[in-house]
Amino acid sequence: MDSAVLALQAVRKSYAVGTPVETEVLHGIDLQLSKGEFVALIGPSGSGKSTLLNIMGLLDRPSSGKLLINGQDTSTMNESQLTQLRGKAIGFVFQTHLLLTAFTALENVMMPQLLQRGRPDEAMKTSAASLLEQVGLAQWQNNLVNNMSGGQQQRVAIARALALSPSLILADEPTGNLDTKSADAVFELMRKVNQDSGTTFLMVTHNVAMANKCDRVLNLVDGNIVTGTGR
Amino acid sequence: MNSFIPFEWIAAIRFLREGRLQTLFIISGVAIGVGVIVFMSALLSGLQQNLFYRIMSSQPHITLERPKQVVTSVRKAESGQQILTSVQKPPQRVSAVDQWQKVRDLMRLREDVLAVSPTVTGPAFVVKGSSNQAISLTGIDVEQYIKIVPLPDKMVSGTYRLTNNDIMIGTQLAEDMGMQLGDKLRVATAEGASRTLTIVGIFDFGNRSANQRTTFVLLSTAQNLLNLVGSVTSIDMTVKDPYQAENIAQSIASETGLNALSWIANNSQFFQGMNAQTMSSMLIRLFVGLSVAAGIASVLVVSVVQRQKDIGILRAMGGSRGQVMRVFLIQGAVVGLLGSMLGSFLGFLLLMAWRVAAKNPDGSMMFVITLDPKLFIYAALIATLTGLVAAVTPAVRAARLDPVVAIRG
Repeated sequence: MDSAVLALQAVRKSYAVGTPVETEVLHGIDLQLSKGEFVALIGPSGSGKSTLLNIMGLLDRPSSGKLLINGQDTSTMNESQLTQLRGKAIGFVFQTHLLLTAFTALENVMMPQLLQRGRPDEAMKTSAASLLEQVGLAQWQNNLVNNMSGGQQQRVAIARALALSPSLILADEPTGNLDTKSADAVFELMRKVNQDSGTTFLMVTHNVAMANKCDRVLNLVDGNIVTGTGR
Repeated sequence: MNSFIPFEWIAAIRFLREGRLQTLFIISGVAIGVGVIVFMSALLSGLQQNLFYRIMSSQPHITLERPKQVVTSVRKAESGQQILTSVQKPPQRVSAVDQWQKVRDLMRLREDVLAVSPTVTGPAFVVKGSSNQAISLTGIDVEQYIKIVPLPDKMVSGTYRLTNNDIMIGTQLAEDMGMQLGDKLRVATAEGASRTLTIVGIFDFGNRSANQRTTFVLLSTAQNLLNLVGSVTSIDMTVKDPYQAENIAQSIASETGLNALSWIANNSQFFQGMNAQTMSSMLIRLFVGLSVAAGIASVLVVSVVQRQKDIGILRAMGGSRGQVMRVFLIQGAVVGLLGSMLGSFLGFLLLMAWRVAAKNPDGSMMFVITLDPKLFIYAALIATLTGLVAAVTPAVRAARLDPVVAIRG
């Protein structure tokens, strides 16, 4: 239990609560992610993958059940405590590389630290630059992100997710919008980061081949995890 | 990114810069509003100053006269009695201020009084051949009176200098009587005194009746003619702050027991007109300001919707509600500030154009507009504040956005 980066205990999520169309999307999920794991989450559309990811990322709250991050119970935290924990413990990589188009690649990578500390400083810049170097974009750091290709933008997003050295990175179909070559490169990059830094990854994907290259595959069907509970 | 600038400022400026056209439009909108306000304010205060100057420069700020002569009923009713009386008001004769030298010296000691000048004023006639004209004869102390009314500025011909046998008259009187500089005229009073005086100056007060009636002679000349040797009928004063004249007049009246008339009380209609003008311009400025605020608010509301994704990203990256809110508040303030700076410049240009365009037929300036730097500073401050206030609603909306919804957009 102690080594669990993230633990879900009987998590349920319902939408439109109290109305005739009330629907339960997640039916009591129990799940643990250990430190250094690279886990794939697969499942058909509408199975509740995004909802589960949002709950794990503290962007949404479960209707019932508990979510523990690094052993801390989040159910009693208020909005600003959640925001703080989200910033520190979790990094996000989204399907559509959600980058701030008003900023350069380097500045996007600096953003999580900047939000945390309030003012930019040299250390921030240096660490962001080295992260960009890690993802192979050293010479692109001063480009506005809109002037970069999809694969490059996704690599910027990965660098940004790593900025605060989070214990967990949640990736929502990070390769979904990329061609095969870029997709493989992005996946390999995440795998490498995972092995180098021991960061736990949870990646939602539709690509079975890619899922099979992960340490563990979780299959979510109709709000239940049906396979892959063991390593 | 400069390390002295906090995140909120960086993001606010970047967002404004990215929304180029939108930012440009709203800043222009603010600029036009501020420009109109600056232009109107300067124009109005110039106009009012000009009118004030015209009125003030042809009359003393405060005039002290002896108290009104009143008649009181001597008989008092005893208990059980009623007395029906009809008291007729007495005519006010030309009469002297008691102990005027003392009063003058007392007034000179007051800190709020700049100049004190005793004058003698009374009715007289100008006689030339068979025609005569009623005038108001004012005897002045040449050196002191110049501090009350800048007569040299008003001279059309001749010079500001008087001896015992000299007189200065207005342009209208000169025309009516067919007289010019150097001519002699006879001044007579109802009491029968008369004297022949030389015209040494002709002035123009910009007012027909003043130009017709007002004449100036030496204090002693007037004293002789009006049979008031050694006395004066009023003490004229200039005060430091003309707008405080009424208060000062009241304080002097209670101090000396004399009748103190301020130029404000003498021109109450004029002041009412001024106030109405000020009020209406205030209203116009208020509504222009409100429309500027509404413009900023609406653009920022749209911008919050457009930035939904960015807001979601910031929140997912650990940005707090406060940070997101401040980003939008700052955008409002920056738009207000930039707009007001541009607007001040616009107002300045309008005023310059006005200076060139609005001229009297003779080519002189219709009136002088002074540019007070304070006006620009206030405009900038108020516009910035307006921007900030206008941004509150959009900023709160941005801060309340649910990050999940925001990201899905």
